[in-house]
Amino acid sequence: MTIPELEAIAKEIRVDVIRMLVEAGSGHPGGSLSCTDMVTALYFHQMRHRPDQPDWADRDRFVLSKGHCVPAVYAALARAGYFEREETLSLRKLNSRMQGHPDRHRFPYVEASTGSLGQGLSVAVGMALAAKAGGKDYRTYCVISDGECQAGQIWEAAMSAPRFKLDNLCVLMDYNHIQLSGVTDDIMSLEPLLDKWRAFNWNTLEIDGHDFPAILDALKAAEQHRDGPTMIVCQTVKGKGVSFMENRWEWHGKAPSREEGEQAIAEIVNGAPPAS
Amino acid sequence: MSAIATRVTFGETVTRLADTNPDIVVLDADLRKSTMTDEFSRKHPERFFDVGIAEGNMVGVGAGMALAGKIPFICSFACFVVGRFEQIRMAVAYNRANVKIVGTHAGIGIGEDGYSQMATEDMGLMRTLPNMAVVQPADGIETRGAVEYIAQHDGPVFLRLTRQKVADVNGEGYEFRFGKAVVLREGADVSLVGTGAVMENVLKAADLLAAQGISAQVANIHTIKPIDTGFIESVASSHGRIVTVEDHGISGGLGSAVAEAVAELGRGRVKRVGVTEFAESGDTEGLYGKYGLSAEHISAAAVGLMD
Repeated sequence: MTIPELEAIAKEIRVDVIRMLVEAGSGHPGGSLSCTDMVTALYFHQMRHRPDQPDWADRDRFVLSKGHCVPAVYAALARAGYFEREETLSLRKLNSRMQGHPDRHRFPYVEASTGSLGQGLSVAVGMALAAKAGGKDYRTYCVISDGECQAGQIWEAAMSAPRFKLDNLCVLMDYNHIQLSGVTDDIMSLEPLLDKWRAFNWNTLEIDGHDFPAILDALKAAEQHRDGPTMIVCQTVKGKGVSFMENRWEWHGKAPSREEGEQAIAEIVNGAPPAS
Repeated sequence: MSAIATRVTFGETVTRLADTNPDIVVLDADLRKSTMTDEFSRKHPERFFDVGIAEGNMVGVGAGMALAGKIPFICSFACFVVGRFEQIRMAVAYNRANVKIVGTHAGIGIGEDGYSQMATEDMGLMRTLPNMAVVQPADGIETRGAVEYIAQHDGPVFLRLTRQKVADVNGEGYEFRFGKAVVLREGADVSLVGTGAVMENVLKAADLLAAQGISAQVANIHTIKPIDTGFIESVASSHGRIVTVEDHGISGGLGSAVAEAVAELGRGRVKRVGVTEFAESGDTEGLYGKYGLSAEHISAAAVGLMD
């Protein structure tokens, strides 16, 4: 798939995210929009998977550790052909498979139920370890947030993946620098972040998380790395693509109104208005 | 068999099962010599993973391996692994991950290490999770059967094991039947319903009661969840008096499970014998005497129901 095609899909996914959240009346737009490009790159370029055979044993695994941003994944899975796009509009409603945070039992196209921050990376390590133990060559991808790196279990998992020589594990960190209550550096700074992951013996890369050529290059480099797991720190913009949401912590966990949603969609489709 | 710590039988059994089941893997958190997974680690090194002293990560890694088709036994002291309740709730239970949580060193019977290593809340916590089975074998032969069963049970299980040796209560030829109470002795006046390491004292209590002219049934409940409701309802009807006994806090474990079933039936009385305080270092017998789990305590509880 070409870069312009990926960019077009990412736009569609962002539009779907806004539509879903408007219909749901709640949810997390900021982080869903900041991780959209990496999710797009994974599902539409990097990962080996079969939408017509979701339980294919050799599929690459994807764990969204930052489970609150699952609208971006629902939109990607629908676009990829796993299920009808209309169903995404049932997000967060009674009897829907589209739980507010992913539930693999109700919705088997996600690999793991997540939503308690700090835990998903351990599950991804387990999937990668199972591949090693079972002679499988699938790869495991995991998207984590910046804020959840404040949880100790992230560093337990970080210690274990190099120990188990998991060169089949690639983690992308959605470093949008904002968490629910404010700026990450103010709440509990992660810096020096790359040094931390390096000190834990990870192969580390740092990229612009909205630059598709950079994302694809990094994913390829991670796949070729043969000496343990790779961490791709993706510098991102919270609320990316919607001017009034960008870099605003207020949009971490608040759904746009119908009017705000229309404005957001117009901006995503046509590009943000010039700064006033 | 003779008196044996149930953790020892677990270690032997899981190692043997792995010879023929390539999906079995064992995770441990730097306690292999205590959880008795050491033998597994030597016999199946490619399927043994020590995560270090990081039980939360062990729970998540085990869940991930289960979701990828493995059958992980994740092992630590019961208090440490169940202490990661929220990870178990999310990564194991909610994911419907086929993880076998093995908690050794259950209860105050572990002795000298003291309260920090004594799991007395674990069954209560695990019982609250909708799909978690809770199994506590009482002796070696029952442990062997329980581990064999658990390996092929489809879904998460919490297996609770002892540090200390426990006497045989089942005879040779015993067959483990998941979810079914085991009547060890018949009796008409009162039913003594126990689980795990206390069964020897429960049998002794029945002797003490017999000397007083009270005929006590003794039943061993190895499956605390799903509890054998049919058995409890039948005993509540036929005996009317039930004493529950466990080396676990008095809230949340076997006693609670039995009391819930009896309350919903609306017939019969229950007296719970269990741990009500933070225990301390000491020998098992001394601790059971001080904290209310001796044969004398159990028989006294039964006598209290006889009015």
